[in-house]
Amino acid sequence: MLSLNARDFQLLLFVAAITMLAPIFLNPFPVDSSLAQFNGGYPDLMQRFVIFGIFAIGFNILFGLTGYLSFGHAAFLGAGSYAAIWMMKLLTMNIIPAIILSIIVAGLFSLAVGFISLRRSGIYFSILTLAFAQMSYSLAYSVLTPITGGETGLQPKLNDPRILDGELAAGETARANLFGLEMGSSYDLAVGGWVFTFNVGYYIAAICMLLAFYASIRIFRSPFGLMLRAVKSNQNRLGYTGVSTRPYTLAAFVISGMYAGVAGGLMVAMDTQAGAERMFWTASGEVVLMTILGGAGTLIGPVLGAGMIKYMENIISKINTTILEAWFAWAPDGLQDVLVSVIYPFVGKGWHLTLGLVFMLVVIFLPGGLMEGFEKIGGLFSRKKGKNSDSVAGSASPAAAE
Amino acid sequence: MEALILQVLNGLDKGSAYALIALGLTLIFGTLGVVNFAHGALFMIGAFCAVTLNRLLTLSHIVVDETQKDFLGNPLNVEVPYLYDFFGQAAGDVIIDWSVPISILVAIPVMMLIGVAMERGLIKHFYKRPHADQILVTFGLAIVLQEIIKYFYGANPIPTPAPSAFTGSFDFGAALGFDPNLIIYPYWRLVYFAFAAVIIGAVFAFLQFTTFGMVVRAGMQDRETVGLLGIHIDRRFTIMFGLAAAVAGLAGVMYTPINSPNYHMGMDFLVLSFVVVVVGGMGSLGGAVLAGFLLGVLESFASMGQVLEVLPGLNQVILYVVAIIVLLTRPRGLMGRRGVMED
Amino acid sequence: MSERKDLTRRRVLKAGATATAAGAVTPYFFTSPALADGHEGFRNAPKGDTVTLGFNVPQSGPYADEGADELRAYELAVEHLNGGGDGGMMGTFSSKALKGNGILGKKVAYVTGDTQTKSDAARASARSMIEKDGAIMITGGSSSGVAVAVQALCQEAGIIFMAGLTHSNDTTGKDKKANGFRHFFNSYMSGAALAPVLAKNYGADRKAYHLTADYNWGYTTEQAVQESTEALGWETVAAVKTPLTQTDFSSYIAPVLQSGADTLVLNHYGGNMVNSLTNAVQFGLRDKQVNGKDFQIVVPLYSRLMAKGAGANVKGIFGSTNWHWSLPDEGSKAFVKSFGTKYGFPPSQAAHTCYVQTMLYADAAERAGTFNPCGIVEALEGFEFDGLGNGKTLYRAEDHQCFKDVLVVKGKENPSSEFDLLEIVEVTPVDQVTYAPDHPQMRDAEGNVVPIGTCNPGA
Repeated sequence: MLSLNARDFQLLLFVAAITMLAPIFLNPFPVDSSLAQFNGGYPDLMQRFVIFGIFAIGFNILFGLTGYLSFGHAAFLGAGSYAAIWMMKLLTMNIIPAIILSIIVAGLFSLAVGFISLRRSGIYFSILTLAFAQMSYSLAYSVLTPITGGETGLQPKLNDPRILDGELAAGETARANLFGLEMGSSYDLAVGGWVFTFNVGYYIAAICMLLAFYASIRIFRSPFGLMLRAVKSNQNRLGYTGVSTRPYTLAAFVISGMYAGVAGGLMVAMDTQAGAERMFWTASGEVVLMTILGGAGTLIGPVLGAGMIKYMENIISKINTTILEAWFAWAPDGLQDVLVSVIYPFVGKGWHLTLGLVFMLVVIFLPGGLMEGFEKIGGLFSRKKGKNSDSVAGSASPAAAE
Repeated sequence: MEALILQVLNGLDKGSAYALIALGLTLIFGTLGVVNFAHGALFMIGAFCAVTLNRLLTLSHIVVDETQKDFLGNPLNVEVPYLYDFFGQAAGDVIIDWSVPISILVAIPVMMLIGVAMERGLIKHFYKRPHADQILVTFGLAIVLQEIIKYFYGANPIPTPAPSAFTGSFDFGAALGFDPNLIIYPYWRLVYFAFAAVIIGAVFAFLQFTTFGMVVRAGMQDRETVGLLGIHIDRRFTIMFGLAAAVAGLAGVMYTPINSPNYHMGMDFLVLSFVVVVVGGMGSLGGAVLAGFLLGVLESFASMGQVLEVLPGLNQVILYVVAIIVLLTRPRGLMGRRGVMED
Repeated sequence: MSERKDLTRRRVLKAGATATAAGAVTPYFFTSPALADGHEGFRNAPKGDTVTLGFNVPQSGPYADEGADELRAYELAVEHLNGGGDGGMMGTFSSKALKGNGILGKKVAYVTGDTQTKSDAARASARSMIEKDGAIMITGGSSSGVAVAVQALCQEAGIIFMAGLTHSNDTTGKDKKANGFRHFFNSYMSGAALAPVLAKNYGADRKAYHLTADYNWGYTTEQAVQESTEALGWETVAAVKTPLTQTDFSSYIAPVLQSGADTLVLNHYGGNMVNSLTNAVQFGLRDKQVNGKDFQIVVPLYSRLMAKGAGANVKGIFGSTNWHWSLPDEGSKAFVKSFGTKYGFPPSQAAHTCYVQTMLYADAAERAGTFNPCGIVEALEGFEFDGLGNGKTLYRAEDHQCFKDVLVVKGKENPSSEFDLLEIVEVTPVDQVTYAPDHPQMRDAEGNVVPIGTCNPGA
């Protein structure tokens, strides 16, 4: 089916089902329950899950297959964002031209950076990509302010030209849309105590992610993918056999740069704002962490890693003392204070601490990332299932062994 | 002319800080082959050794002063350091004034201990793991360490001044025959420069002239053979990790009067120190030091107003431009060895 | 099935699900008695007996301490609005619409989030408050980048934004929005207030050297201070941009003396300012004599937290600030008393502006009789008030900027405690810092006046 083998097709169907039903299972708690805090099924976070999922899938094509560790991929996401927002300011609020231009710009930018950086390997390559990304960030934040908006970034304004859209009616704001279908519009489904939000923007982003995921499976299973893995396992030997690896690695680099461009364009489509911070080295580092956390070289691991980090950033950081006190209202006074003061350093403003601990725990106990954890759990319940996900994971073990 | 001399001075001073941090990082790279993203955190912890000692020395008991009022109109609580009770006010003040240099004595054992604990408890298990895993675990550790510091000390920078004897600056210009006030340089920065030179020299001498250092250098070249010769290289590497942590920590302690320390100062220096190490060349201690000074001097030149008028924004990107040029012309940095972290 | 863009699940639930049997599918337009209380036709209209405010402050990153202080002020404001504590500035506020029974009879609840002082994170956090928690108003932040980004989001979403600490002209200049309001002062006001005091103390023939943080806020501050000082006879020798990520400013400070300048203006904020000032003092600049005058350093925007970070280096250095706890008016005294009693130390200017913004929002809702953003905007535009710590203040209709007295302060020589770092030199009267809404500093790069647009209720 779709030129995939049965297992890959099952995986694709599984991912499709999960993304389509995400608004439901991400909201497992009734709205008025005290655990509603943990619900992640609101449009912004769901959109971020899939957008960063795309970013990480693309990064994994480079890092997971070839082993080249880029520390500058956020620059491509940022360049894509700027391209998209300019399209929205100058041409139309329709997201299609914006996303197309963001892919082109990110692709060209990554071609230039990749062409230079891939002349070196290992850590030298990493530092070259880092240098390009940091330069982009620094310049975008300062001297390029007329183009990038600098500190305040770019947003659509009332007096933007928007040639194709025509004048805004009085009192109307420019909104990102797909032929009139606005990204912000949603349908709420209330079932008993639960409310599920189905958001247009999320489904558009989710379809993009499914396409991206499908393309990534095809690349993983193609002769091209095989060649990339060969680069990872022994580049020298490939050289001896007369194969020039540079075109392959460059292609992988540009493909992953274009994935970053899609992610950047979608970010602007979902939330019309572009700023320089998304090119800072910590943003590049974040996608590296997402990929490793989920399981580098596995098909679905990076998406899980992206989800995990974004979930912690958006959910754990919002838990404050008032919420903690409400949770432990059942406990006697003294005990309540103790519980609150024990948990408080790990939530709210301490969410970074939890994040750091999770990184350490995962990498110490699950060398293959979260995917390995799922395999282990799967293995506990059914031998067959375990085998199945093993093959799904594809090159999980080579990744761990480098 | 004066401007150039001044920027060379500046650059050497900046460079000494870069070199010191990069030296510790490259020791760990070179000996253990570990990408240590927590190195910046070690630098930061060193700085907080100075802050902590300063806090301990100024530990106070409260005396209520009825003549003054606090912001709510209640009698003012005046804090009197215990040190005054032990040594009298004059001697107490001198000790507090000198708290940063005194912290060096505290920081060496503390940082060694932290380094050894880190290596034995965590890093040891990652020698055979891919670099990606090393990055993830050390980055996680760096976040945890800085969050712990933030929990106890807050996010605001904490002023930690140098002894008052070192305030003000030395007039090089006058000493060299230029007009006064043209080439001035703060005393503390001169101290920092000298201190860095001593530490760098000591590390090199230690590696060059002691048997211990010889074995470690051999181990950096070929760990397996050294092991086959029956030398217990692991324990020496542990000590090297402790040493590298101490170097980073000392760089942090002495840096506190220059920039008030805060919990994320390690992250601010992390990228920079990696750039320095890689420009110097992986596995080369000399390269790291050379690159530190080179980047320091070039960064100083790039920050001159006259340069910025011609090339606005150069000060934003100079480090990266230099890194790219060096890596494209010299594949393994200035003095890198073949095959170190190239795959 | 039909489209909508305004409801959150909380609202829908409260509107509909309460009246339906469990398990039934409830379209959003379900009409229930709850909808009939006059709060409808705008996004996140509060249902039931509570109203939710969103406090979006930096909780991680370099401004975390400032954010923590903002959060304390918000919690205090909520307590006072709900009738707890001593009422703080509610007693001194010139408008008496607030009764201590919440806002419009609804108890005030709140959610918190972390801006990380990054536009993207701040918008993500604000969106979660709007989409998930049903917040009716977003407030907070400690940088202009975040303020402008979140303000634009709130305009689009149909939510009121009450800016926290943001000092760039742009927030109510070229990036102003109908749904956004700023109580804090701005770069122009700092320049206008500082220049006369500087001229009086240091003379009118100074040569100034500017070091400027290389981003929007730095640019507007440099421009404002330059224009106001030059108008009084100062000369600007040089203006050098420094990267935001710079930590060691020695190479920028060393050439200052060579330039022949006798005054250094540090257009820096936060960590940049702490480091550049520390470095400048280290160089012994303040002990030097240039052009026969004592060398001086000026910091246009001060905050107590920064002064604390710079330690003894701030002594005797002039700057401006929005508010200071040592102000003797009744409003300030009441606020300092209730904040100090609750937390044990005096509030910062960030805490003050956040507390005031919450009060102003609540009061506007009371006076308008609705939470509808358009009603709030109408109630706040041109609103004149007093008793909130800055004397008589006007929320100008044209750009939603507050106009009030500006404080010129100086680092205190002999602080009596770790909070007593600044002393007030002069309270610059509001007339001296008022500018026309179409002032050149408030225009965009092409020199056009950007329209403020119309209020958006989001439905």
